[in-house]
Amino acid sequence: MFRSVFGTAIGRFLFGTFILLAIVSATVYFIVTPLLSGGCINDLAQCLTQSGWDAGAAEFLTIVLGVMGVATFPLLVTILLIWVERKFAARIQDRVGPNRVGPFGLIQPLADVVKLLGKEDLTPAGADKLVFNTAPVVMVMSVLLIWAVVPFTPYHVGVDLEIGALYFVAVASIGTLSVIMASWASNNKYALLGAFRVVAQLISYEIPLAMALLIPVMLAGSMSMVGIVEAQAGMWFMFVSPIAAFMFFISSQAETGRAPFDLIEAESELVAGFNIEYSGMKFAMFFAGEFMHVFTNGVLMAIMFTGGWWGPFAYEAPLLAVFYLLGKAFFWYLLSLLMRNALPRVRIDQLMAINWKFLVPISIVNLLMTALLLRLIQEGGLSPENASSFVDNIPQTLILLAGNVVLFGIVMTLLRGRARGERMTDMVVREDVELAPATGD
Amino acid sequence: MTFGNFTPEAFAFGIFALITLGGAFGVITNKNLVRGALWLMISLFGVAGIFVLLSAPFLAAVQILVYIGAIGILITFAVMLTRSMTNITQRFNQQWWLGAIVSVALFALLMAAVIVPVWGDVTEPNRNDVADTTDLGVALVSAERVSELDNETSLEGYVLPFEVASLLLTAAMIGAIVIAREDD
Amino acid sequence: MDVINEWAYIGVFFLLAPVLPALPILIGSLLSPSKPNAIKQATYECGVETVGDTWVQFKVQYYIYGLIFLIFDVEMVFLFPWAVAYNQLDFFAFGAGFLFIFLLTDALIYAWRKDALEWT
Repeated sequence: MFRSVFGTAIGRFLFGTFILLAIVSATVYFIVTPLLSGGCINDLAQCLTQSGWDAGAAEFLTIVLGVMGVATFPLLVTILLIWVERKFAARIQDRVGPNRVGPFGLIQPLADVVKLLGKEDLTPAGADKLVFNTAPVVMVMSVLLIWAVVPFTPYHVGVDLEIGALYFVAVASIGTLSVIMASWASNNKYALLGAFRVVAQLISYEIPLAMALLIPVMLAGSMSMVGIVEAQAGMWFMFVSPIAAFMFFISSQAETGRAPFDLIEAESELVAGFNIEYSGMKFAMFFAGEFMHVFTNGVLMAIMFTGGWWGPFAYEAPLLAVFYLLGKAFFWYLLSLLMRNALPRVRIDQLMAINWKFLVPISIVNLLMTALLLRLIQEGGLSPENASSFVDNIPQTLILLAGNVVLFGIVMTLLRGRARGERMTDMVVREDVELAPATGD
Repeated sequence: MTFGNFTPEAFAFGIFALITLGGAFGVITNKNLVRGALWLMISLFGVAGIFVLLSAPFLAAVQILVYIGAIGILITFAVMLTRSMTNITQRFNQQWWLGAIVSVALFALLMAAVIVPVWGDVTEPNRNDVADTTDLGVALVSAERVSELDNETSLEGYVLPFEVASLLLTAAMIGAIVIAREDD
Repeated sequence: MDVINEWAYIGVFFLLAPVLPALPILIGSLLSPSKPNAIKQATYECGVETVGDTWVQFKVQYYIYGLIFLIFDVEMVFLFPWAVAYNQLDFFAFGAGFLFIFLLTDALIYAWRKDALEWT
């Protein structure tokens, strides 16, 4: 058994992932969750009130401490994620990746941070200084704000907003503002050109993102993240509506600018896009903000579609709940890494066509179909009486799954017909071309 | 009006009002139009804060999503589409005194309407009686609904405005495409 | 926590969240050298001098994408409460929602056929 773990690459990889996740979830459980509402921080508030503090001030202090805890966690995880990304990309490209700066290269991201701290902060001539300096801050801020509503365990969440899902979409739309600010403040034609394309991409993909979010909201009957996670007690929403999960995953990849939609950082085309003129820590903030955004989207994918902190013994041992949540988030993050390193970039017109002609119509039809089937299920009395029992959920799941499969089949048939049509026109054109006679070698 | 009860909500209201008015002031006084667009988004963010204080968090999120995320970006695009908008040299036209008189009169009228109880006595709204999003959803698609106050009077549901809104959005999109594509 | 208290948390988050990325930037500006000269601060244009104004005449297509996004955004805002209350309503609710979405799908089909969704 020892050999099967450490002998094969997959074994080492899975073992390393397990250790990593265990360490991170232990850190989160022992350091972050006491600071969330539902943790020991409430006791601190009571303690302070009893020892003479004003009740409002004590509560304010606990809020500030909780916020600091929740907001620092993504920044620290990002440092780890940069290492994971580089190692993973290296292995796919048949090389080793960073392995000099510490055991397995783990200190590499810290070395990068130290290097970027020392770079000179150049502000280009004619740039709008205030907007130039605020843009990276706005971008990172828009990602950090999402973490306020993430439920880590059954008992700990930053704040259980009634409108959690809509809050996520609203805050993510602030990020597009930072792109415009950065590009315009740089006083640079290339930055402006890159930024218009980026903003067009970001706003277009918000539509299928939000429409895919409507399905878990409809199935759970509530927009709050805690409500959505608890409604997946019987069956994860990914199995109930895989098309919505697929839609959310693809849109979230496009929203953060990951390959194959990474025209944002199309290095071969526009040098660096909208952040050409940024150097030093400001550029580091854009860079870290993007990684944080991908991981946050992985966490949200885990919450919305794969059951969040659900797993065996999640209620008795909240540490396991954190482990399950981070494990699922990490799984989606690795999937996005795999997509990034394996798929080629799409062109900008293909990008827009994918969104407006493929994702948006499918999400609309999926929404209507799910709504119709849910209504029929409820009229027919097949809806699960006990929402947390797996067996009760099976009839509803099977019907909705069948609907999804039918929709998938229809879409594939249409696409195949279109592809065949385009290939036919290609072949017709090619018949007219004269082939040059083959001459020797 | 009492100045004795300085609750945190009053404090928050003061801050958000300052953000809204300050942002609006920044919009009209800035010579640089793109900066003016950014000030506008700050002002709209203040409005979202005021929605939260009115116990309407759904509308606050909608304000940020639609106004800042969509309309703000469209305004910035429109500003950048036209050249030489960075420096507006002439900020006041010939009849500025007429505009000033009308604004002051309107302000006085609105202040009177808000402070003087013209439509009956002012009662403190009951914070525990707030409708949440589920009630909103039910009201949006019902033809009639039952009033919460006495569980008997039937009120008009909002399904007709709901559908008319959809028709309005369709008309807006078709009109926008017709106008924007006219020069092709 | 009631509504105002929950949002107090979000308010504090809004105030503190900009501090966290601003701190490394400030530390960076303290630790890094600062010797600006004209060449370093020149705008980047593939290594040559800049030509012409910084304003680029961009395509109307960007604006059309923004408009269509705005329409669908408002549509989604109406659909969120519908989806939340869906389980408690009857078949009439599905019909109302279907009509709502159908009208906007009509608009999308119109845009598609009129080539408003093409990039060029």
